Amino acid sequence: MPAPAARVVLDERDIARALTRISHEILERNRGPADLLVLGIPTRGVPLARRLAARIDEVEGTVVPSGALDVTMYRDDLRLRPARTLEHTDIPHAGVDGKTVILVDDVLFSGRTIRAALDALNNLGRPRAVRLAVLVDRGHRELPIRADFVGKNLPTSLTEEVRVSVAEVDGHDEVLIATGSVAAATGEAR
Amino acid sequence: MRRHLLSAGDLSREDAVLVLDTAEEMRSLADRPIKKLPALRGRTVVNLFFEDSTRTRISFEAAAKRLSADVINFAAKGSSVSKGESLKDTALTLQAMGADAIVVRHHSSGAPHRLASAQWTHGSVINAGDGTHEHPTQALLDAFTMRRHLGDLDGRRVTIVGDVLHSRVARSNALLLSTLGAEVTLVGPPTLLPVGVASWPVHTSYDLDSSIVKSDAVMMLRVQRERMNESFFPSAREYSRRYGLDTRRMALLPDHTLVLHPGPMNRGMEISADVADSTRSVIVEQVSNGVAVRMAVLYLLLSGSNVPIETPVGES
Repeated sequence: MPAPAARVVLDERDIARALTRISHEILERNRGPADLLVLGIPTRGVPLARRLAARIDEVEGTVVPSGALDVTMYRDDLRLRPARTLEHTDIPHAGVDGKTVILVDDVLFSGRTIRAALDALNNLGRPRAVRLAVLVDRGHRELPIRADFVGKNLPTSLTEEVRVSVAEVDGHDEVLIATGSVAAATGEAR
Repeated sequence: MRRHLLSAGDLSREDAVLVLDTAEEMRSLADRPIKKLPALRGRTVVNLFFEDSTRTRISFEAAAKRLSADVINFAAKGSSVSKGESLKDTALTLQAMGADAIVVRHHSSGAPHRLASAQWTHGSVINAGDGTHEHPTQALLDAFTMRRHLGDLDGRRVTIVGDVLHSRVARSNALLLSTLGAEVTLVGPPTLLPVGVASWPVHTSYDLDSSIVKSDAVMMLRVQRERMNESFFPSAREYSRRYGLDTRRMALLPDHTLVLHPGPMNRGMEISADVADSTRSVIVEQVSNGVAVRMAVLYLLLSGSNVPIETPVGES
């Protein structure tokens, strides 16, 4: 892929501050860490979820369970492209029933991934509430979905591409915005 | 992945590992309250069985239903096949009904290949056992079961024992396991090893005791009496003594060695009852893993578009 003019919008420190703020907001909104379950959407949502859970733990001294929720089989674009590889789903043993589930993803774009995640969650049980935390909200929603906790609102055009790197997957923390490349106008291009 | 699954030999190492990894995810579904995934909603899977089967048919049916596909079961008995309808006309009928996948078991070797290559159907063809040729999903579930207990199969030693000549399970396993890097040894009486076995990627032996002592897994094959119209060995008792897995032989196995059997078992013939029910035996687990593996195969063959399109830029 050609990488024309790419601009850093969040560096490592910015991401760390955003996650710390989000973890405080989650605690504030939930009035403490009771019954929280932080679930990341693969690939990059999973390490972000783990970091949020660790920060909540630091603040409150309570271990908050985290896990991973693969949404591949619930996507609405499965038939539009060759079969996708499944990612790992890892739900803590206590399950999701009665929990306040915080879904975590790196970028919120069309909202279709989150729609799929809500369906996937529905098949796992009945959470008391589901909230959404994202590192970047880039707009262009195609469904009536919004985030409860946002690291950074990033107004973008459809021709731009938002690229999130996290240390656990990519070796470093960074959010880039690339212009000029033909980012797909539909689907879940990042 | 390809469009059809006809032979275990068609799978590259990457394909095989992809199926096994996908099956690993599918397996976790069994622990969930709702054992259903929406991936194949609106797709139709036909189980076309010209030969008797319990495990394979039920397992394919469960797999397709757990992925939300519609399932049509077709058994040759009680259908127009008994009035003399040909495979072609049956296939054209299924095509007209809009089958997206045909899971076929046939008594003639090569029937699934014919079905896939003759363009009678636009759907995927999955070989669920053809004559004495191949049974690729059985090999995949055996490999999956072994991998769960032994880890990576690279360099592992697997001994397949018994009626190799009539066994599609043995052929598919030999091909798949060697693709995955395992060392396969076929053991059986000379009359029950096929002509041309020298060209297979395996070792052969006529002596069970010396082979099993260094095995990581021992797979016992069923003596297929229904395919035997001449005498391949003097008596059942002699076969059982030389090639059956009994308590004495089980004691020779290394501690970690698994015992597999594709079923249905002839207890007391190729495997004694106490071995079949022992803690090393993973025979029941093979059946439950069969559903996960077949889900993986159906998912990978059917969930995507039939026409590969270019991946949009920026797709992670």
